[in-house]
Amino acid sequence: MDVTLLEARAPQGPIPTPRAIETKPRISDQIFRSIVALGGFSSLIILGLIASYLFFRGYSIMRTEGLSFITGYQWVSSINSDGTAGTEKSVYGVGAMLIGTLVTAAIALTIGVPISVFAALYLTFFAPARIKNFLVSVVDLMAAFPSILFGLWGLYVLMEPGMYVAELLNKYLGWIPIFSVPVPMFLRSPFIAGLVLAVMIIPIVTAISREIFSQTPLDRIQAAYALGASKWAMIKNVAFPYSYSGIVGGSMLGLGRAMGETVAVFTVLNILYQANFKILLGAGGNLASHIILKFGEASEEEIKALMAAGFVLFLMTLAVNMIANAIVNKTGRRGR
Amino acid sequence: MTPVNTATPIKPWRPTRRETSTQIAIVLLSAFASFLLVANTGFEGRLPQVIFFGIFAIATLAILSGVRRGKEAAKDSIMAGAAYTGIFALLLPVVSILWTVISRGTNAIYTGYFTTDMAQDAFSSPLDAGGIKHALIGTFWLIIIALIISVPLGILTALYLTEIKGPGSALIRFLVQAMSGIPSIVAGLFIYSALISGTGRGFSGFMGALALSILMIPTVARTAEEVLKLVPPDLREAGLALGATQWKTVALVVIPAAKSGLVTAVILGVARIAGETAPLLFTTGGADDTNLNPMQDNMGSIPFYIWKALIDGSPEAAARAWAGIFILMLAVLTLFALARYFSRAKKVK
Repeated sequence: MDVTLLEARAPQGPIPTPRAIETKPRISDQIFRSIVALGGFSSLIILGLIASYLFFRGYSIMRTEGLSFITGYQWVSSINSDGTAGTEKSVYGVGAMLIGTLVTAAIALTIGVPISVFAALYLTFFAPARIKNFLVSVVDLMAAFPSILFGLWGLYVLMEPGMYVAELLNKYLGWIPIFSVPVPMFLRSPFIAGLVLAVMIIPIVTAISREIFSQTPLDRIQAAYALGASKWAMIKNVAFPYSYSGIVGGSMLGLGRAMGETVAVFTVLNILYQANFKILLGAGGNLASHIILKFGEASEEEIKALMAAGFVLFLMTLAVNMIANAIVNKTGRRGR
Repeated sequence: MTPVNTATPIKPWRPTRRETSTQIAIVLLSAFASFLLVANTGFEGRLPQVIFFGIFAIATLAILSGVRRGKEAAKDSIMAGAAYTGIFALLLPVVSILWTVISRGTNAIYTGYFTTDMAQDAFSSPLDAGGIKHALIGTFWLIIIALIISVPLGILTALYLTEIKGPGSALIRFLVQAMSGIPSIVAGLFIYSALISGTGRGFSGFMGALALSILMIPTVARTAEEVLKLVPPDLREAGLALGATQWKTVALVVIPAAKSGLVTAVILGVARIAGETAPLLFTTGGADDTNLNPMQDNMGSIPFYIWKALIDGSPEAAARAWAGIFILMLAVLTLFALARYFSRAKKVK
């Protein structure tokens, strides 16, 4: 039956002449492809626009201040009560806030990264499957908490235990310069801001570390066990060397988030324009919170200076993020 | 007929009952010891209790396994303790945050809370007046406009990366990743500097939505790309083999196949921006009265409402801030549950 059907459908007549074929897409596809390409390049366009607008708006300030815009420790906007430029010279330098940004971010990383790495180790190598799935979605959920929630929680809940820890640190480790305080004012210190930032970066660093750990080749893990390794020996000799650079990349993503955080830091920290290395003392700030603080009552000129500050912040976080992503992508690809 | 000896399966790596009970005893003893220590020394509160409990438990367990099975086992035991401490330190803030939101979040909510705005009331006025209506409407508009802008752009970006794989794909992928990390304040500053400052245009909901779109596009694009990558190439080839153009293949085969995943991408994008505060401070003005028109005049929103309550600082304002957060968290949790529902529906297929 099948055979006769096939025969009935066999081509009749002469073999068809060859025809030209081409790889050029049809008109409809050309339109489709150009629309998609236009949308695809939107992120490039947006990033370019952000950089150029902030740069051009802040250019005049950056030119008059020169390098001292980055290194200067003074932010004085001289205006008269009617809003015109004052007689004294205005000085804009974001140096103190850059230091504040780095100090709070460094505290966040010091506290957040070990917790994240150990939590990721637990999730990858210790947790039973069902608990693991649940905890992974908890971590995802934590990453989606709005930053103002962290700020509110930091102010009303974390402040008290944070101050307690700060007082202990000062009491027993006060001889180390960064833990000393000239006056016992522990409320709203960079240390507590760093604690809040640590909580904020933990989900990011944990998620990435977990992903990298879970890509550790199974044969090497089993080889280590077969050689008699304990779990710790396996982690130390197989998992860590394998995922080291991925953890560095994940921590840098956390660093990017900590450096750019605005609302949480503004809420928790007592924003004062000074370079404060004494992390337990309640004064300091970071670049983003400084912009928010000054924005409300800024003169036309100061707005320009804030744009320039925003440009610096944008470049900093973009650079950190790019390096971090490059590292994470490289590690991720090696694992697959 | 010789009897066949089958080995009964054993699991020698399983801890024996004696080992488990010693461990439980050690944990209980450590808890007791830390309680005694805190009660009899200068330390106060629950925090040192927890810390000493951790130190005691890990140290005793390590010593025990060290005595029983040697140095390596002791190290292993310390390591396991550190891993458990890590996950505990991760969960502690989550539980604390959720608990605080639930316990403090409902104090300011009364029957008229969702139907009045703050036009007549200050944030420090008693809690039986004023409400969040204006902020709900504002956030609704912000999300709708941000969706209209960023869903097409995000999905087109993902299509460019997965379907066309055109020139610069690697660069675009890299930039989208970098863009998802830019601080939200920069998005607000950019919209302010480009569209508001010096142009005569004032704050409006639309400007806020533009700033939020900058944050939403990379989230949508990245998730959508992951989802589109999961569509098997066979489906695309089948579509093309049937004589469809690439446009028809994408529109009628690829996108329907990835539909639930794309919905997840959109939901995650909304969850990303729903609570963003910093960009709104530069763009929306934050009204206290109800404004139905997103194109004109200051517009309130839930994050801005929380922000204003936070700045006010009075106990009533704090209660209002927690109520705002409570509503925001309900929204975020709902979005999350939806996202999980849709991504699970995908897996079952």
